[in-house]
Amino acid sequence: MALAVAIVLLVIGSLVFHFLSPWYFTPIASNWSTIDFTVDVTFWVTGIVFVGINLFSAWAIVKYRHRKGHKAHYEPENKKLEIWLTVVTSVGVAAMLAPGLVVWGDFINVPENALRFEALGKQWHWSYRLPGDDGEFGATEVRHMSVDNPFGMDPEDPAGQDDILIADPVMHLPLGQPVHALLRSTDVLHNFTVPQFRVKMDLVPGMVTYQWFTPERTGTYEILCEELCGIGHFAMRGKVIVDEVGDWEEWLAQQPTFAETQARPVGDAAAGAANYAVCTACHGAQGEGLLALNAPKIAGQEDWYMRRQIANYLNGVRGSDPRDIFALQMAPMAIVLTNPTVRENVIAYIQTLPDEPPEQTIFGDVERGAELYTTCAFCHGAEAEGIWSTNAPRLAGMSDWYLARQLENFQQGIRGGHEADVYGDQMYMMANILKDEDAINDIIAYINTL
Amino acid sequence: MAYVAIADRDHHLHDPDTFITKYIWSQDHKVIAIQYGVVAIGVGLVALALSLLMRLQIGFPDVFPFMTPYNYYQFVTTHGMIMVIYLLTALFLGGFGNYLIPLMCGARDMVFPYMNMLSFWVYLLSVIVLIASFFVPGGATGAGWTLYPPQAVLEGTPGSDWGIVLMLVSLAIFIVAFTMGGLNYVTTVLQARCRGMTLMRMPLSVWGIFVATILGLLAFPALFVAAIMMVLDRLIGTSFFMPALLSLGETTATTGGSPILFQHLFWFFGHPEVYIVALPAFGIVSDLLSTHARKNIFGYRMMIWAIVAIGALSFVVWAHHMYVSGMNPYFGFFFATTTLIIAVPTAIKVYNWVLTLWRGDIHFTLPMLWATGFIFTFIHGGLTGLFLGNVTVDLPLSDTYFVIGHFHMVMGVSPVMVLFGAIYHWFPKITGRMANDVLGKIHFWMTFLGTYAIYLPMHYLGILGMPRRYYDYGQTDFIPESALGVNQGITIAAIVVATAQLIFLVNVAYSLWKGKRADPNPWRATTLEWQTPDTPPKHGNWGPKLPEVHRWAYDYSVPGDEEDFIPQNHPIKPGEESLRNAGVSRE
Repeated sequence: MALAVAIVLLVIGSLVFHFLSPWYFTPIASNWSTIDFTVDVTFWVTGIVFVGINLFSAWAIVKYRHRKGHKAHYEPENKKLEIWLTVVTSVGVAAMLAPGLVVWGDFINVPENALRFEALGKQWHWSYRLPGDDGEFGATEVRHMSVDNPFGMDPEDPAGQDDILIADPVMHLPLGQPVHALLRSTDVLHNFTVPQFRVKMDLVPGMVTYQWFTPERTGTYEILCEELCGIGHFAMRGKVIVDEVGDWEEWLAQQPTFAETQARPVGDAAAGAANYAVCTACHGAQGEGLLALNAPKIAGQEDWYMRRQIANYLNGVRGSDPRDIFALQMAPMAIVLTNPTVRENVIAYIQTLPDEPPEQTIFGDVERGAELYTTCAFCHGAEAEGIWSTNAPRLAGMSDWYLARQLENFQQGIRGGHEADVYGDQMYMMANILKDEDAINDIIAYINTL
Repeated sequence: MAYVAIADRDHHLHDPDTFITKYIWSQDHKVIAIQYGVVAIGVGLVALALSLLMRLQIGFPDVFPFMTPYNYYQFVTTHGMIMVIYLLTALFLGGFGNYLIPLMCGARDMVFPYMNMLSFWVYLLSVIVLIASFFVPGGATGAGWTLYPPQAVLEGTPGSDWGIVLMLVSLAIFIVAFTMGGLNYVTTVLQARCRGMTLMRMPLSVWGIFVATILGLLAFPALFVAAIMMVLDRLIGTSFFMPALLSLGETTATTGGSPILFQHLFWFFGHPEVYIVALPAFGIVSDLLSTHARKNIFGYRMMIWAIVAIGALSFVVWAHHMYVSGMNPYFGFFFATTTLIIAVPTAIKVYNWVLTLWRGDIHFTLPMLWATGFIFTFIHGGLTGLFLGNVTVDLPLSDTYFVIGHFHMVMGVSPVMVLFGAIYHWFPKITGRMANDVLGKIHFWMTFLGTYAIYLPMHYLGILGMPRRYYDYGQTDFIPESALGVNQGITIAAIVVATAQLIFLVNVAYSLWKGKRADPNPWRATTLEWQTPDTPPKHGNWGPKLPEVHRWAYDYSVPGDEEDFIPQNHPIKPGEESLRNAGVSRE
């Protein structure tokens, strides 16, 4: 009896939850409303069955509960009833399957006029490529991949020279244009999903997979990786920004081709020495950093990391949050590095500075720090040496007080909170694994031992 | 011919006489069943604890400093693997299969008792290797229970140095154990049934276990070879599943392998595995419903054909787990069709359970609560399968919490409901004492309502788009604050459900010690295990003479009989013939 009541209440509760709860599909932003339709059909068919069978069994539980003198009916089989039920079930199943197969046919056949782009997944970042003026993607191979050629472009392939490379997790797409996303991974399985577009597909190393959709609403949408891809899986985020066609073309014109990325000026350390004079005041003549002026050590830091951070200061990604007072100081200083040649020269000069270990200012429980660092090691390296492919800078032998301050900033979103700072956003998520007060000191105490 | 005349003279011939041979190196199927059961439930409690740790992180992401992404992914992986393989498969087949097959078929034991004993000890070894993986350098693997390469063997994943190797070796050992047990179960069902026990008179419990075991014997080899191949990839540098890669900045020496090949092998095992767990549950719940509703199972023959059809179809649906894996997209048409076809025999089973209640005489005993609760949870889990099985509907839902909600309802909660029903049902036969009713009912209500509170909201978080296997959601625009609240509620419900399982343990301990002495046949059931001369049954089960079967397993409430059940070994009475001729009785 209680069970019958419970079943009826659960059925009613499920319906109420379904119709009243605020958690349902995000508003669709692509052409795939047909997918939503198949989901609706399935909800109706299964919902009717769910309510029907459960209410019937609740009724049977009450009606045929044991009472004295009552005896069950003896009826081993009822062919007519069984056949009837089989037929009705088959019809219901067909009603769900048929639209499903039709829409699947639409999904796997890409329209002729679709704009092709490649989404490249690698632990734990997204980047993108467009075929350029010739409309053809250049060949790629894993063995060509390096910090200067992160897409693994074949340098000999003429078709690849005009490929447009977007080495950034944010992709722009034009409104109303069908797009054919070619999906490529260079390490493990990933999955390209934008919930508002409804479709998804895995990226599989060793092959190219695809999906297609037409963005039908402008705005910024998050890309989530939905195939477990290692420890950074949950922080592998990207963005799709859907622009009006004009805005999109403007954005596209600013993106470099492969040939342009390879033609970056080579830094001249001797020339850079003169420009570095401005930096000396805070960062020190040897780039050793100065705690009193809140300037971290920069000698020994990876060039690609400095390049990105200088760009961040120039673009306002860093140094625009009023809470980040030291970054506010750096932002105007970075303007002296606006010229790419000057910038490369200074970076080249910093590479020549002696890499002396700085004084230790942070102390903590090294053993616990080592345990916490296990997670960090995946991106920053077991020796905290920095890994270009995960976009994670060197930590060992750098200013420890600076690391502590940055971790605190990341935790509060002071750094990494800017919407264009997608790498910083990843570190924002990661810094929050340090949940207690001592964790930052412990982990830095451990990094100091590396 | 199933009947073996010599078995009648087997009485006392091989009785164990020392403590060791009786309880440790026992070859008695009943003792082995209990050994399997205890280890499976023990390791299941570990998996339950791991799930709570995961839930703490998901519900309260900023609170527990010991939950890092590293151990979060380890717990996710080990939780899943234990629950599917080391708990559910082992408990249904090694536990209930072992206990019920000989007793329900009227056999003295399994046909290969020594191999049966080995099966248990090898299973125990596989569990030890699995648990040991937490204590090797780098700890257990965090690759997710599907262990997809290349991720599982590359450095970006926790436990990629030794944890993954131990996991794969443990699986291989488990499969050896399963094969020894499985060959035994199949051969026993085919060869050792007592006189009169035709296949079409067997209880559905035996049918479910029998077909599930055949599925296991055909499906596990695919996992076995996949595990060996991945161990080779990991240890000696083969490239079965590994193309040329760049892993965390370093190029690997591998080339030409296919990650999708592993997925095909894994799911060729993995989908039948769902039915390896589900079919014994289907069979057992049919018997529970029939016994406690005092009514024959509705459509017995249809139930058998449904079990066989589901078993056969389960081998041609595996790639519905791979709709978005990047396999040839045209496979989607085929696998969506086969998958939805499997819904038809499954639906027939549900109808027949409900129709067994219909016009019954339902006794709301403890086992019956679990069995009827199962009907509800299985309807829910089965229907959500129609979303994920249909290739287009799967697109937005794949890899989200909808999937978590679905498979936990259909192959977590539902089989577990049957397991508890079965434990309470056969507890009097296994131990000679009744399980405590009050504690059992508290256990039921907390579990039944608690699990629904856990899994119903998960489906909607999935529709919203929340991906599974996320350590933290951070700031994600489309996920509202309220979703975090839902996750907190789910975590609290999970703690309630876990507490209920402690009540179960208390009940078992208390009832073993102080439970009411059980009658040989307290539920007044028809099947043979309730007709043994001793309770609990002694070695050899049947005393000097094997039983002889005269009727099917479902003669409840036969018209004209003063009792509402007639055991299978009771001869046909005068007057019953006319019923049979009128087509009222099955035989």
